Parts: sequence; C-alpha cells; structure tokens
Amino acid sequence: MGKIVKYKLNGVEREAPEGQLVIEAAKDAGVEIPHYCYHPALGNPGNCRMCIVDVAGAPKPQVSCRTGVREGMDVKSDTDAVKRAQASALELHLVNHPLDCPVCDQSGECGLQDYYMKIGQYQSEVREDKEHKDKRIVAGPHVMLDQERCILCTRCTRFVDNVTKTHELGIFGMGHTERIDVTPGMTLDNAYSGNVVDICPVGALTDRDFRYKVRVWYLDKTDSICPGCSRGCNISVHANTARPWHNDGKRVARLKPRMNMDVNGYWMCDDGRYGFTNLDADRLGKVLRLSPVKTELSWVDMASEIAPLLGEGLAVVASGMLSNEDWAAYKSLFADKLNVTQHYFSSEPDQVGVEDELLRRKDKVPNLKGAEALGLKSGSFDELAKNLASGKIRTLYVIERDLTKIWGDKAAGLLAKAGVSILQGPNKYALGDSFTYRLPATAYVEEEGHFTNFEGKIGAYKKALSPIGDARPDWDIFALLGKALAAGRKREVAA
Amino acid sequence: MTKILTKHFDSEPKFHELETYRKLGGYESLKKALGMERAALLAEVKKSNLRGLGGAGFPTGLKWETVPSEDKVPGPRFVVVNADESEPGCYKDRILLTRAPHQLIEGLLIASYVIGAKDSFIFIRGEYQNQYDILEKALAEADQAGLLGAVKIHLMRGAGAYISGLDTALLETMEGKKAWPRQPPPFPTVAGLMAKPTVVNNVETLSMLPFIVREGGEAFAKIGGPKSGGTVVFSISGSVERPGLYEFPMGVKLRDVLLACGGPLPGRKLKGVIPGGTSMPPLMEKDLDIQLDFDSVRAAGTFLGAGGMIVLDDTMDAVEIAHNIERFLTHESCGQCTPCREGSNWSERILHRLLDGKGEAADIDNLSRVGENITGKVICALGDTVGMVLKGYIGRYPEDFKKRVKSNG
Repeated sequence: MGKIVKYKLNGVEREAPEGQLVIEAAKDAGVEIPHYCYHPALGNPGNCRMCIVDVAGAPKPQVSCRTGVREGMDVKSDTDAVKRAQASALELHLVNHPLDCPVCDQSGECGLQDYYMKIGQYQSEVREDKEHKDKRIVAGPHVMLDQERCILCTRCTRFVDNVTKTHELGIFGMGHTERIDVTPGMTLDNAYSGNVVDICPVGALTDRDFRYKVRVWYLDKTDSICPGCSRGCNISVHANTARPWHNDGKRVARLKPRMNMDVNGYWMCDDGRYGFTNLDADRLGKVLRLSPVKTELSWVDMASEIAPLLGEGLAVVASGMLSNEDWAAYKSLFADKLNVTQHYFSSEPDQVGVEDELLRRKDKVPNLKGAEALGLKSGSFDELAKNLASGKIRTLYVIERDLTKIWGDKAAGLLAKAGVSILQGPNKYALGDSFTYRLPATAYVEEEGHFTNFEGKIGAYKKALSPIGDARPDWDIFALLGKALAAGRKREVAA
Repeated sequence: MTKILTKHFDSEPKFHELETYRKLGGYESLKKALGMERAALLAEVKKSNLRGLGGAGFPTGLKWETVPSEDKVPGPRFVVVNADESEPGCYKDRILLTRAPHQLIEGLLIASYVIGAKDSFIFIRGEYQNQYDILEKALAEADQAGLLGAVKIHLMRGAGAYISGLDTALLETMEGKKAWPRQPPPFPTVAGLMAKPTVVNNVETLSMLPFIVREGGEAFAKIGGPKSGGTVVFSISGSVERPGLYEFPMGVKLRDVLLACGGPLPGRKLKGVIPGGTSMPPLMEKDLDIQLDFDSVRAAGTFLGAGGMIVLDDTMDAVEIAHNIERFLTHESCGQCTPCREGSNWSERILHRLLDGKGEAADIDNLSRVGENITGKVICALGDTVGMVLKGYIGRYPEDFKKRVKSNG
C-alpha cells in the first residue's frame, strides 16, 4: 500500500493509502458500499456489479472493489444515478432468485434481503417464471447446497480453491443455467467446510447442523474464543434462550468465526465449529458427596469438608480448558498454599489431534500456555498411573477431564485406588458417578475469562449464558477452597 | 478498387499453397522485416493507421507499443492470433484462413519479430476443422522451407464458446480455464497469457502486415480514411443478390457496398444494415452516405465491428431479429457477471412473450430499462451488447414492437 493521499468520498475530503480499494477505504470511513462477491480474504472478481460508484472523469460507473484510491479522486456512492445502478444490479440478482424466505435459514441475515430493504424497495417487473435448478444437494457432512438461491458470487469456490486448496466446489455450465455444484467424485468434507456457509451472502449454502432449528433473529451473539485447540480462534457464540422450545432444547445454536487478522483471519475449523455446540449434555448441577451416601451439599459445607482432605498425597489432574484466571487461582491454591507437586494437565495423550497449516493445532485445548506462563509443569499420566497403582496418592482432584480417555479400561481401577476423589467441571464424563465428590463448574460460555494461545496471544471470552444449576467458575471454587483452608488453619492455631 | 488481402483470390486458385504464395512475392516482406530494426517496424505500423479488425478497432501500433521492453520485463512474451471467429454474420476470417494461410503466417512472424516472441499461437475456433487442417499444412510447408526461423507457432483449438473470441477470455481458455473474461487492468500486453506480455490480434489485422512492410506505413494509411488505414473485408449476407467476401478501402460509402453486393433484394425495401455482426445495432437508410470506417460508424451510433454485414429488408421483423440475437447472447453469456447472466435471459424471455402475442405495452419500456441497466455495468463487451441490441432495435423500429403488444380492447 502506498503513501497516504487525499480523495473525496461523497463530497467529504478523506485520506487513504494510495491504491487501497475504494470499497475498503469507504468502509474505513464508515460508508458501506453494497457488495456480494468481494471479500477481503477472497479477492475481488467484480462479478456481482453491486458496488458500483461514480468516479469523476471516468466514462462509465466503476466497481469500487476493483478501483484503487488515487490522489484527488472524487468518488460518489450516494448519487441518485449510483443508487439506481445498485438497485438495478440487485433487481437482476433477484430475477431468478426464489422467494422462499419463509423457509430459508438465511432469512434475517441475507444479503439480498438486507440490500432490498436498504437500496431496493421497487415493485418487481418480473412476469416470467423462475429458472429451476437443484434445491437439495448434500454437499458434504456439514453443508447443504441450494442452487436456485445461489447468486454465483463464487465466494465458496474461491474459498475451496484458494484457502483450503481442496476444490470440492466448482462452477458448471454457462450463462443463466450456470450453477455451483460439488466437483464430481468429491464431497465437501475438508476440515474447514463450514466457512462456506458463513461467506455465502445468500441462503444457497446452509449449515446442516443448524438448518430449521431456530430463526436467526432469536439468537443472542456473544464474543468468545473457541476452546477447541490452542489456536484460540475468535468466535461468536450464537445462543438461543428466547425460544427455548426451538433447537432441540440446546442453548448454543451455533458458533461462528469472528474476524481477527492476528489469530484466525475470517475462518474457523469444523472441529471447533461443530464439536462444542452441545454443552448442556450430562451437566453437573449440584454439589454432591457421592459416597458413602449420595448427599447434596452447599458450596460452603463442601469447602470446609474437602479442605482438610487436601494435603499430603494430593495429585491434581487438570487441562488446558482452564482460563488464565482459573490457572492463577489454581496456582494460588494448589502450588502456593498446599505445596502440591503432582500436577497433571499435559495434553498428551488424550487431548492431541490433527494439526495443519491453516488453523488447527495439535493441542486440542485452548490454554496450556496460561499454565506455562505461571511456571506450572505437568507430569506424565503414566507416572500418575504408577503412583495411583502403588497407593502413593490419597486424594485425586480431577478438573474438567475424562480419565477413561487417558487410561481407557484401566481408568476405573486406578480411580478406585485413591482414597478420596473429586471431580470438578461442567460435565459428568464417563466415570462421573465413581468419584467421592462432584463439584459443578461453569462451561466456558457461562463465564468470562482469557485464554493465552500457542503464540502467547491473549484472547478474551465473554459470558453468553447463565450457569446451569449451582455451577461456579473454576477460579471461584479454588478461592472458596482457599478460604476454607485458611479458616481451618486458624481453627487449628486457635485450638 | 484497391485490394490488399483478397487481391489474388479470383486469379490464383492455389494462393493457399506456399509455392504460389512465394511466386507472388510472399515471404519477401518477412525477409525485409528481419533486416530492419524492430523500432523502425513499429514506427511503420503506427504510421499505417492499422486498427484492430477483430471488431474493437484499437490502433495496432499503439497496442504493440504498450508491451514492456525486455529490459523492463524480462522473460517470454507472446503473440496470439485470434482466429476464434464466432460473431453471427462474420465469416471473413474463415475465408482468409482458407485462401491465404501464408499471408497470416507471414504477418504473425513479422509481429512476433517486433514483439520479441519466440512462441506464438493461433487460437482457432473449434468448428473450423477445415481451416485447422489448412493451417496445419501451411505451417508444415513454411517450416520445411525454413521460414519460421526461431519462432515456434502453436495451433490451438477452441471448444465452442462464443466468448472465447474476446481476447482475455481467449487467454483464459488457452490456460485451460473456463472462458471468463478478465477485467483489465492489467491489459494483456502487460500481463496476458500466463501473466506474460501478450499481443492478441485478429487474423485480418495480422494479414495486413506483409503489405505494410512491403509498401510502407504511409502507403497503407493513404488507402484508407483519416484515422483508419488500409482496407476492410466485409462478409456480406442477408437481403443481397451476391453474398460473399468484399474488400474495400476503409471509409467506403455504405451505398457503394450495397451496390457491389446487390442489396437489398429486388422488390424489397431497405430496412437497415447491420455493419459488423449481430452485436451491432443497424445503420439506417439515412446512413447510406456515411463512410464505413471505425470512427464514422461509431458517430452513427453503432460499430464497424468485424465486418459481418447483414442487410435487412422490409420483409423482416425487428422483434424477431432482436429475439434471435438475444437468444444467441443468452446462450453464449458466460455467466460470470450478474447483469449479463440474468439480464440476457430475462430480456430474451420478454421478447419471446412479445412474439407469442402475450406482450404488454409496459414490456417495451421494461425491455429498454433492463437494457440500460446492463450496458456499461458489466465485465465485458458481450454484456454491453445485450443492452445495446435492445436499445438499438426498440429505438430504430418502435412500430414493429408496438405491433406486438396485445390491444387492450
């Protein structure tokens, strides 16, 4: 990008880097120019012809996604002629577009609807029948394709050609019968396929997971961080609490990537997108002592009951699911107050997976870096298994982790070796009924906090939903235990 | 009448063979060119006022001049012959390829020398199987005679899309992609085939080069009008007694062309003359005395195009003609940009309704409006044409359209 130059936008003098696309410069200046095909990460084919502007001296209207800012340039995006040109481009997009908005999932966030309300609002002159194409194509495990709704902006084909380089979608035929389709012999099953739904400006590509579940205008959107791996992709949690009888009772309806050029760009992977939507299954609702007799406890009673059990022979199993705030409280309780040396939170063997060059990282938890930053070190789970087997461990404190995924069939036997066992976390997991105590913690969507990603970049996530049952954030539980510990010591001193 | 390209067509049935072509002075211009400075040759071409005869009429010398020099942009550069003649009404390249393949090859070799191309291409319409065979044979003859020198000429065939005749779509096709026009800048002369500097010229344009080299640019310029040098070859069809190929100096009067070919047919009245292929709106009776060169025809509200002249008479109906052309354009729209993809099809269907007798008065206004919303707002010239044809025929023959509207009574 070149030097800063002065140009005029709708009569107002402005500055922009020379050569910056007019559509981008306008966006920076707070002026939205309608567009479908242009996407900052996918280029500017200039095929939708929506972003037409008037440039003084040019013989005909220019597309602002292919026009660079020049010194002294005079751009107008708000003249009657420009508005008419944009409205007529929209009209041509709608000639063959089906009016199935009432059953279309894109309704409420559709580029055609939005621009129709903003710049269209004309009476339709189309007296001809609509073109018919295929409406129900299963493009892949996550995506449905409706060719009739497609406006051929080619964002999706550019995504699979240039971003994932997997080419599962292509443009077939020519002219008015042209259509996007799945490349013969392929299926849209790359690890990032869900992104084509996000970039599709209309309802041509929809999410199989989300289809017909809930209307988008009922969704509350909250900034968050994907906990699926150590990339820490910025996401938006779309929750449905307004219509609890929709979406099969699930509160989180879908996750969408949120643009952050320093972390994930515009994308997120399918593992993250579809792997964390059902957070409400098998939740721990109550604070429980399970043995010898199943008894409900208050948080305070639990704390004073458990605190004395924490000490000699304590091992803690945790995971990178904890936030920076959780890790700080964790360190204060276990490392500083209790001098625990046996910490086990390594992602090996159960929380590792596929890594690729785009986003996905090997560690499938968001915040191992946060523990590392506080100087915490993890022992190996083989060592923990040995110590459990030899009876060295009297108390096992497990935070948000499924032991069967670490040790398989041996997990139950090893857990039984610990005299006292505590499970803290949002979910029950496989051995949830075999612990002595069960402490409900909040899921990441029910708390706020920070994750430090593998590059050391800190991302903030906000609270999207209320906690279920008596769940508290992990750091709060650690603090409660810390207080109970201090109180207990005072009593000891007093005695 | 001065003829350049078709001079020997009547007298020399074997003009397509190397022996005959050389006997008549063929390849002497190439020899002369190779002995000249490249800059001097370019100066001659500029002086000649030779303009792109594929339809655009862009000054050939100016186009060549925008190719960056080797010291600025090192690496290969290409010359591509556009022989993808597909405009309805145009068949001049077909005849030129059939009768004078060596004239083209000589011109191509001269251009390649000026541009500095070591690899040059002839992209020929896929349906031109005979012409492909003729070219292949001619290239073999020229090669055997050692005339190609350091230049390798590659023959490539199109796969049937009209849009491939547009230079940037042609380059996309050559690269093995869907024939979707590019949007300059950069222009092909800067980044063309495989993003290398590439000159794309029409068959007729390059065939003029041997004459320009032999006789000089000034002599060529003198034959034509003020800003369009040399001659132009019309392929004439429609309401004429003698359809066929006619070569005239640039700036010839429309009246004289009609006299030569015998149009319109006896007993018919002239309705109009499509000057350059169906994409151009017709010239009218009042235009009989205009000069046929790029600028004068443009001033008359249409384009000289690629010389595919079609004479219309009073037995023909403007709605049928417009529908026929729009149907073709709808079929050939590449589908890349929305206004052309949707607009061509929409207007064709409205026209179809008019032909069916189900048209309403509002349809005609709507057609004009749709046309206006397409022209100038699309990626390439095909889209512009969709609107231009609507405007052209509705504007020139309003009565024909009104007749098609069902009466309210």
